[in-house]
Amino acid sequence: MNFPAKTKRDFKVVGTRVARPDGVDKVTGRALYGADFSVPGMLVGRILRSPHAHARIRNIDASRAEALAGVKAVVTAADFGVPEDAALRDIQDNCMAREKALYHGHAVAAVAAKDAETAKAALKLIEVDYEVLPHVTDVDAAMAADAPVVQEGRADETVPEGSGPNVTMYTEFGHGDLEAGFAKADLVLERSFKTEATHQGYIEPHACLATLTGGRGELWCTTQGQYLVRELCAGILGMEASQLRVTASEIGGGFGGKTTVFIEPVALALSRKSGRPVKIVMTRSEIFCATGPTISSSMDVKIGITRDGRITAGEATLRYQGGAFPCETVSMGAQAAFAAYDLEAVRTYGWNALTNRPKEAAYRAPGAPVSIYAVESVVDELCQEFGLDPLEIRLRNAARDGTKASYGPTFDQIGLVATLEAAKAHPHYTAPLGENQGRGLSCGFWFNFGGNTCVSLNLNNDGTVGITEGNPDIGGSRASISMMAAEELGIPYDKVRTVITDTNSLGHNDVTDGSRVTFAVGLATIEAARAAIKVMCARVAKIWGIDEEAVVWEDGHAKPSGPNAGDFDPMSIEEIAAIASETGGPIAGHHEVNAEGAGVSFGVHLADVEVDPETGATKVVRYTVFQDAGKAVHPDYVEGQMQGGSVQGIGWALNEEYIYDEDGRLQNAGFLDYRIPVASDLPMIEPVILEIPNPGHPYGVRGVGETSIVPPLAALSNAVSRAAGIRLHELPMSPPKILKAMMSKG
Amino acid sequence: MKNIHVSTTVNGDELEFVCAPGETLLDSLRDRLGLKGAKEGCGTGDCGACTVEMNGEIVCSCLVLGAEAEGADLRTVEGMATGDKLHALQRIFIDEAALQCGICTPGILVAAQTLLERNPDPSESEIRYWLAGNLCRCTGYDKIVRAVQSAAAEMRGA
Repeated sequence: MNFPAKTKRDFKVVGTRVARPDGVDKVTGRALYGADFSVPGMLVGRILRSPHAHARIRNIDASRAEALAGVKAVVTAADFGVPEDAALRDIQDNCMAREKALYHGHAVAAVAAKDAETAKAALKLIEVDYEVLPHVTDVDAAMAADAPVVQEGRADETVPEGSGPNVTMYTEFGHGDLEAGFAKADLVLERSFKTEATHQGYIEPHACLATLTGGRGELWCTTQGQYLVRELCAGILGMEASQLRVTASEIGGGFGGKTTVFIEPVALALSRKSGRPVKIVMTRSEIFCATGPTISSSMDVKIGITRDGRITAGEATLRYQGGAFPCETVSMGAQAAFAAYDLEAVRTYGWNALTNRPKEAAYRAPGAPVSIYAVESVVDELCQEFGLDPLEIRLRNAARDGTKASYGPTFDQIGLVATLEAAKAHPHYTAPLGENQGRGLSCGFWFNFGGNTCVSLNLNNDGTVGITEGNPDIGGSRASISMMAAEELGIPYDKVRTVITDTNSLGHNDVTDGSRVTFAVGLATIEAARAAIKVMCARVAKIWGIDEEAVVWEDGHAKPSGPNAGDFDPMSIEEIAAIASETGGPIAGHHEVNAEGAGVSFGVHLADVEVDPETGATKVVRYTVFQDAGKAVHPDYVEGQMQGGSVQGIGWALNEEYIYDEDGRLQNAGFLDYRIPVASDLPMIEPVILEIPNPGHPYGVRGVGETSIVPPLAALSNAVSRAAGIRLHELPMSPPKILKAMMSKG
Repeated sequence: MKNIHVSTTVNGDELEFVCAPGETLLDSLRDRLGLKGAKEGCGTGDCGACTVEMNGEIVCSCLVLGAEAEGADLRTVEGMATGDKLHALQRIFIDEAALQCGICTPGILVAAQTLLERNPDPSESEIRYWLAGNLCRCTGYDKIVRAVQSAAAEMRGA
């Protein structure tokens, strides 16, 4: 879809910093999240999880648990069917192990009981007969020909013969003659990297309340997509979509991790068996053990450069593991790796291997942070070798409008050069550094997504407007949607109220992911407003007795298009609404679309760190984020995405990691030992918004949610390298690793 | 063991509830008194989403027993606003977009309220260390710290 260029449009509402509509509920404690909803007669559901990383389930005896007073139902995999569709089967098997427990924490049985104490006691009475099997959690070990086999027969048609038994896919992207490219270089560097898995770390646990009786279901849950939850749960439980209504609660963070199901089908199955509503709330340790961490990786990157800073060729081999089920995240990593560069010769290769770890779930720009970390680290090292300015080198080689991207398409209007120029002009780039301090830079990229979207806009009798949309608001999107409706209708922001509805009240909406909501729901909202305007103009034309085309819409009023149309006083939206029943009935606009043209987003981060030579601890002392937002609808929340993503990336770079012991058990399944950044770890994060309009959106909007997690990994690694004189090729750069590297350097 | 009868004061109101001997104050507040503003993010005192004030000290209510509330003076996020009038911290958190998902917000507001009552003019560093026990995964803390600074300035009449 293309819209007329409106880059010069004078926005009245869009671009202001209005109060969000859900703000008061959220600062007073009234907002209802996943765990905050209850119904009479509700049971408490709890899940029994495998203590082993890999084990065959020979038998489950739940008779003693079922006999315990107050226990109303026990379910295991035997209570579910076996879906034909492999992806759905994997999701179900991840919710409840069938035949084998594939990772530490994998669900094997669940109970519903009158209260939490009884449910907990019942779990202890379930006897599972395990045959413990050899396991593998490291990606390189999992790739080997003689690795323990996580699942048989999961390689797809892309996997070359002779690959290890855990390899599930292979992919390749790029263009040009690599050999010729490397031959032109004055220096070719090849480096290998490893990164550990991280968790999204949303503060709100997964929680749901399910009722499934007489074939009809009601599900309340915290999710990024109620429609997907319905589709997956209906598929797993053998129901028709119309019989399961899913309502999304307020959501306490997701970052991609709430784009699938873990407990919802289990709660529904327990409810079906017990005939009672069942609530399940995960503990934090269950969240770490059994919900989506990101991939871990092992990567080789080779880049050639001329003495004067032209990159002649780039090549990357990525090996990702996404847990015990096939995972295609490496494909996105392979596409994103060199996206910031205009290269004549580039090639990326991606492999995925199964391991005995939890099933990967999306995490903000899935796959991109680590591959771009590896590329941006090698580019920085090349700059150090030749004494080149890392920002100038990025500018020199930057992808521009018309560049053939390393992953295939040709870029249309992109903001990378403008973003780099902004970084170059910013005082941060030339500010003096103190002792033990260093400055790092990295580019970042994300594709962004549009997708299936429905919006209904209803004109109320008093001329105010209600919008119904279907995407959970994870960071202020209701405000942005109301703003775009107000902008298009020419009415004040506070005349519009946006609500997020259940699955029964609107057609299908894709999940809140891919930075898609402000773009796609915004686009559909603008189109819904245009549809309503068309109806209002037609009604007014009827009243005035003139052609519909002779009525125009301006600032919330229908007006004659010019002197030839006749001399009529403008009619306000309130006046039109008040007499709607006399002009044809209620007035509404709606729009349904599979939105394309999301528009890629680039960012550049500058990080100053100070490395303590005594302890190896890294402190971020200054951080600036430059990012292209296309058009920032609500600048506060655009900045919030930029700041929040940056800090997640800082955590990934410095502290966060999954630590497994030799038995394959997760050792740090809690916020004390899996340490996400806290307020005292950080400086202010300065956001600089660039606005290079996206031609695929009527206001030029691009998604902004994901790009910001990408650059911190390399920006910090590059900064540490310059501060401490050592270069790590491994994340996280925890203090012991840095100290060891500093000491061995002497 | 039998349930325990507890008499306590919550946000200035004298209240009574019964709780199980092993029940956390967080569960008592949420499930016995219907005050769902305090959230359970971890259950181990690491995230601060359940922060309430008890006898003038901020505590993780997931680490306190319901029975310990006997005779106590509790303040929760539900008590911050006066009728329709939001506390300066609440209003400024909305105005300055210091929340995204909002799950950590009640705990942070309660902790920040206690800070500003003790120290009307905290430095950025003091705010950051005071709130170090309240995890926020959305904002990167920047706008939270600034909102607390703004509220402090307004409350001082600066």
